[in-house]
Amino acid sequence: MNLELFFYLLIFPGFLFTAILGLTVGWVDRKVSARFQYRVGPPFFQNFNDFFKLLGKETIIVKDGVRSMFVVAPFISFAMLVLVSAIVGTSLFFNISFGGDLIVIMYLLMIFSVMVVLGGSASGNVYSSLGAGREIKLLLADELAFILVLLVPIIKSGYQLDLGNILAAQADGMFVSSASGIIAFIIGLLCIQAKMTLPPFHIPEAETELVEGPFMEYSGPPLGFWKLNHFMMYVVFPFLLVLLFWGGFNFNGIEILWSVLKYLLIVVLMIIIKNTNPRIRIDTALNFFWKYATPLTLIAVVLAVFGY
Amino acid sequence: MDKNVIPVGPYHPLLEEAEYFTLQVDGETVVDIDLEIGWMHRGHEFISESKTFTQSLYLVERICGICSTSHPLAAVHAMEDVDNIEIPLRARYIRTLVGELERIHSHLLWLGLAGHFIGYDTLWMWAWKYREPVLQMFEIISGNRNHYGMMRVGGVAKDVDPDKIKSLLDIMDEIEKKIQMIAKAANDDPVLKSRLKGVGVLTKKDAVDFCAVGPTARASGVSVDVRKDEPTDAYDLVDFKIIVTENGDVFDKTVVRLLETFESIKICKQCLEKLKTVNGGIRNNVKEISAGEGIGRYEAPRGEVFHYVRTDGTNRPVRHKVRAPSYVNIPTFKASCKGIPVADALITLAAVDPCYCCTERSIKIRDKNNEPYQLDLMKLSREKTEQIRRQMK
Repeated sequence: MNLELFFYLLIFPGFLFTAILGLTVGWVDRKVSARFQYRVGPPFFQNFNDFFKLLGKETIIVKDGVRSMFVVAPFISFAMLVLVSAIVGTSLFFNISFGGDLIVIMYLLMIFSVMVVLGGSASGNVYSSLGAGREIKLLLADELAFILVLLVPIIKSGYQLDLGNILAAQADGMFVSSASGIIAFIIGLLCIQAKMTLPPFHIPEAETELVEGPFMEYSGPPLGFWKLNHFMMYVVFPFLLVLLFWGGFNFNGIEILWSVLKYLLIVVLMIIIKNTNPRIRIDTALNFFWKYATPLTLIAVVLAVFGY
Repeated sequence: MDKNVIPVGPYHPLLEEAEYFTLQVDGETVVDIDLEIGWMHRGHEFISESKTFTQSLYLVERICGICSTSHPLAAVHAMEDVDNIEIPLRARYIRTLVGELERIHSHLLWLGLAGHFIGYDTLWMWAWKYREPVLQMFEIISGNRNHYGMMRVGGVAKDVDPDKIKSLLDIMDEIEKKIQMIAKAANDDPVLKSRLKGVGVLTKKDAVDFCAVGPTARASGVSVDVRKDEPTDAYDLVDFKIIVTENGDVFDKTVVRLLETFESIKICKQCLEKLKTVNGGIRNNVKEISAGEGIGRYEAPRGEVFHYVRTDGTNRPVRHKVRAPSYVNIPTFKASCKGIPVADALITLAAVDPCYCCTERSIKIRDKNNEPYQLDLMKLSREKTEQIRRQMK
């Protein structure tokens, strides 16, 4: 153990950086969504205020259900996201491997979804358990497509699992510029929308049906951490996409602008999808991912094998 | 398999008002559904009997914030029906104008809420943004945005200022363009279509069996509209058509409401044009209403609203009965919500545009054997009053 490790994990590009950038981008999301809808939107510090206020609020723990799981779930999922952000971030910014590759990322992200399910079903509320059930179905729906999406850059980089090597393989051309890359990128964007439970895939939370679903019984700091997790995903997932398909970031001179643009473009695409779609049913989501998205990504994988 | 009960209400984001649906679910499928009412009772009918005729118009206006001109309009129809009171032509046009403006704003409000219920907040905000000019028109016409206080026995309370008619027509044109834009966007959206088509179908037979009224019935192919069936006010003088579709699903209910909005705009424009030329008084001076009975009907945005008034020659009604359209529309969930997923059932519940505070007249109580039985709240409250009176003696 050394200080560097702690720096990577807790400050940059781990917890502190991801949290602050996430809350800021969360503000961008809320502001842009508000302008979409002819509203004014919140002030810049709103997300920070909300988070710190929630930290000081009372935590009400449900009587029925599994209390320990209920409390622990948001913090475990928070730890998972910090790890993913550290792994992705160190490859992107320092070009060093932080003891993890794509397989590890896949597992960590899956644990995050499992934690949502466990935390939701631990509360013993009927809305939460329905929401948790929907979260499992959504996970089943998007996971296969997501794994296939990750396969495309692995194949294109010559069967490399290490993030640094995938980045290095894009030195003479981003993967997104190829046929398989663009298909995988678009499906990847939709998978991320589902993993973040943003519209049209906000099926587990479904405010007007399940009243926030798995998160319904949460209050105080645990709720604060769920919210923080959500905003941190605004950093983790776009960074992952930039790394896998858009050739990472470059910080030499004018290239910084291009790097920021890449990131913002993905975020804006997510916001546009979010604001122009109603919530679909869970069976429609399964249908979409299994009937259309997965076969399409499979085609992309085959194309990648043949070098397109 | 276990059957779970999902409680929707009494306080739930789906419902703007307090109401309690219990959905029995098997996994995600609704197998049975029930409604428990009695959260919103405010005793309007009883209070109305202690008010004068004019005061009771203000009272029934507050039965519902959305149909706040349908109730007074049906009530004045009922009161005028007692003595067959005629009203001036100009007042008839103004009544129709206010009634149709209300339909526009109510349908837009529903469209926005429906968007919110299916998680389409952009549609929600847009629909409500374009509802705003309608409220402005109300403010120009009556001075109020929500409770207009326009109806009087024998006419209307305020005249429409002839200088304002041009600006009103301009606003009307603007609204029409915007709603056309929304209607086109909603009609072209494939995701919206796949979400609403074939969802919560109410067949024509069920619509007739449940006596459904208004857009709920018209979406199922039942052509029923008080404005055409029994025209009052200026409805026999203006040109419009009833929108009827056949499928009875949520999408058709949306289509019916959107197309009706255009018909309402057409009627409003005709009324405004007529108001330029038709002159004369706006109110006949009605000194008293003799003893008798009267019924009043009006096609509220949600369907037919019915008022019954019995008078005894004094200046207040002896009995004032209100039947709101939601009273017959809400029970259609028994036919349309069974066997469909929860996500569909909830939008189907909202698709009849239920208004619970209009509806509630009775309370459901369970006796010692846990069997539900109905009790007349009016009877209960009178017994209670008698009891108190006896105690005070």
